[in-house]
Amino acid sequence: MTLPEFFIIAIAVISAISAVAVVAAKNVVRAALYLVGVLGGLGFIFILLGAEFVGWTQILVYVGAIVVLLLFGLMLTAAPIGRYALDNQQRLLAFLVSAATFTGFTVMIWNAFGDQEIPLDQVVRTRDIGTSLFTNFVLPFELVSVLLLAALVGAILLAKKY
Amino acid sequence: MNLAWLLTFGAFLFSVGIYGVLARKNAVLVLMSIELMLNAVNINLVGFNAWFADQTASGQIFSLFIIAVAAAEVGVGLAIVLLIFRRRKTIAVDEVDLLKW
Repeated sequence: MTLPEFFIIAIAVISAISAVAVVAAKNVVRAALYLVGVLGGLGFIFILLGAEFVGWTQILVYVGAIVVLLLFGLMLTAAPIGRYALDNQQRLLAFLVSAATFTGFTVMIWNAFGDQEIPLDQVVRTRDIGTSLFTNFVLPFELVSVLLLAALVGAILLAKKY
Repeated sequence: MNLAWLLTFGAFLFSVGIYGVLARKNAVLVLMSIELMLNAVNINLVGFNAWFADQTASGQIFSLFIIAVAAAEVGVGLAIVLLIFRRRKTIAVDEVDLLKW
């Protein structure tokens, strides 16, 4: 096991534990803080996989913006604390559905890609991302910018006091 | 690094997100679980991009698109949640049943 592999596996284990804590936490603010662990860990995994721009964007956008937005949402909605206030009565059913999904995915993944190796020595530079984004993917990029503008206007309009 | 371990990690995060969406009652916690599921997709895209060694880096670019769409989704979703809380004094998703008969 090489050093990058070791770090990827260690960060993946920490992220998985944090993810379980996000859906099991009894305190909403703690759930948001566990979410930081998951999303930040994923950012470092992306960097170790050679996707440096995506990794830093993940940390910047998710940890810097989305989690802060979620925390604002929690503070503004006076959320109660405790399992019965946060969960509904379908926990067993939900667990069965997610366990079935995980089992199905795992069987399919190991049947299809069980012997494939990722080369960890290639890095996609930010320049390559930019070149590809503005030559091959210009139209999706412009559509995403229009979508972000529409979402911004819509959020302001919805949250405005009448 | 074996590709299947990375994909299994993504599948685990996706399943945890499904559990959160189905079992949580607080609307903001449901949004957090949706974020987990979107990030599981990002792991798959970046992992396949590294495995495939794509010259145009399509997997990474689509994960950037997913990040942008997730940011838009959280913005509009939280605005709706705040509006519901202002009108109904609750954000429990099973008590907001205006469209149910």
